Amino acid sequence: MNFILDYYNYWIVVFLMMTGFYIVISANNLVKKIVGLNVFQTSVFMLYISMGKVSGGTAPILVEGVTLYSNPLPHVLILTAIVVGVATTAVGLSLIVRIKRAYGTVEENEFKNQDDAI
Amino acid sequence: MGEFIDLVLLAMLALTALRIIFLKDLFAVVMLFGIYSFLSALIFVNLDAVDVAFTEASVGAGISTVLMLGTLALTGRKEKENTHSSILPLLVVCITGAALIYGTLDMPPFGHPDNPVHEHVAPRYIEESPKEIGLPNMVTSVLASYRGFDTLGETVVVFAAAIGVLALLGTGRKEDDEAPESGLKSHHVLHVVAKIIIPLTILFALYVQFHGDFGPGGGFQAGVIAAAAFILYTLVFGLSKSMDVIGPKFLQFMASFGVLLYASVGLYSMYKGGQFLDYSKLAVDPVAGQHYGIIIIELGVGITVFAAMLSIFYAFSSQAERSNIQ
Repeated sequence: MNFILDYYNYWIVVFLMMTGFYIVISANNLVKKIVGLNVFQTSVFMLYISMGKVSGGTAPILVEGVTLYSNPLPHVLILTAIVVGVATTAVGLSLIVRIKRAYGTVEENEFKNQDDAI
Repeated sequence: MGEFIDLVLLAMLALTALRIIFLKDLFAVVMLFGIYSFLSALIFVNLDAVDVAFTEASVGAGISTVLMLGTLALTGRKEKENTHSSILPLLVVCITGAALIYGTLDMPPFGHPDNPVHEHVAPRYIEESPKEIGLPNMVTSVLASYRGFDTLGETVVVFAAAIGVLALLGTGRKEDDEAPESGLKSHHVLHVVAKIIIPLTILFALYVQFHGDFGPGGGFQAGVIAAAAFILYTLVFGLSKSMDVIGPKFLQFMASFGVLLYASVGLYSMYKGGQFLDYSKLAVDPVAGQHYGIIIIELGVGITVFAAMLSIFYAFSSQAERSNIQ
C-alpha cells in the first residue's frame, strides 16, 4: 500500500500525459488537438507540484510557529508557466481561425484532400 | 486525510481526461477541459501550491475555456469522422507510457522531506527570504525578486503572444455602427447580475494585486481576474460597448507599458549602483527597497497580463462578430 501511495501521483501524471499525447496524435480536429496539448501541459504542472510537496508541510507562506513548508520553487516555475501556456494556446487557436478561413475546414484529413486538388 | 483527497481527485482527473478522448461534441470537450482545470486547481491546493491553484482556476478554467469557445464559434462544434487508424497512436502511447512508468520507479517517494528537490536552493528561500525580502509569501519573494529576471522574460512572452494573436486576427478595430448588435440583450437577469458582479470582480482583482505579497495572489492572477470582469461585460453587453469603455488602442499601450515599467525598475536599480533588478538599492533600507521593487514590478506584470488577455479576447470576439456568429 505504501508503495502505491509513494508513486500514485507520478503514475497519474504519466497517465494524463499519455492521454494528452494520444489526443494530439490521433485527433482529427485541430481544436481537439489544442485541448490535448493543454491536458499534456497540465500533467507536467502536476508532476512539478507533486515533487514540491512535503508531507506534513504547509503552503509556503510564513506563519508563526510553523517550520515545515512545501518547496516554493516549483510553485514559482509553474505559476508563470500556466500564464505563458494560455498565451501560447491563444496563438495556436488564432492560427486555427486563420486555417479555417484559408481552407474552410479544421479537420486534418479534409485539407489534405484539398492540397491534392490544388 | 490529505492523501485520501489526493487519491480521489487524481482519479477524477484521470477519468475526465479519458472522457475527452471519446467525445465527438467539441463543446462538451471544452467544458470537460474547464472541469479538468478546476480539478487540477483543487489538487494544487491539496498539494500546498495555493498560488498555482489560484492561477490555474482563473487562467486554465476561465480564460482558456472562453478562448476555445470563441474558436468553436468560428470553426463549428462537431468533430467529423476520423479516418486515422487509432492502432498506431495507441501503440506509441502505450510504449512511451510504459517507459515513463518504469522511469517513475527511480523517482524519490512522494512527499518525503529529504528528497533531492528540497535539498538545494529551497531551504535558503524558506529560511532567508522572510528576512531578506521581508514578505511572508515566499512564492512572491522568489517570483518577483530572486527570479525577477525570469519573470520579466515570462511577461515579455505574454506580451509577444498578444502581438502574435493581433497579427493573425487583426487588432479588433471597431466595426461600423451597422454591425449587428451583439450580446445577450434580452436577458434582464444576466444584465442585473453582471452589473453587480463586475465591480466586485474588479475590486477583488485589485485586492489580489496588492495583497499578493502577504497571501496567495500577485500580478499574474490579478491581471487575469480583471480581464475576466471585462470579458463578462463584453459577453453580456456586446463588443462595441465594451470597446467604448476600454479601447483596443489603449490596451496595446497598456500591454507595452507594463513590460516597460518592469524593465525600467531594473534599469533604475542599475542607475542606483546595483545589478539589473536588484531592488535592495531602491531605498536606503534594503528590505524597504525590495518591497517597493516588488510592488512596482507586480503592477507591471498585472497591467501587461490584463491588457494582453483582454486584447486577445477582443481579437477573437471581433472575428466572431464579423462572421455573424454569436
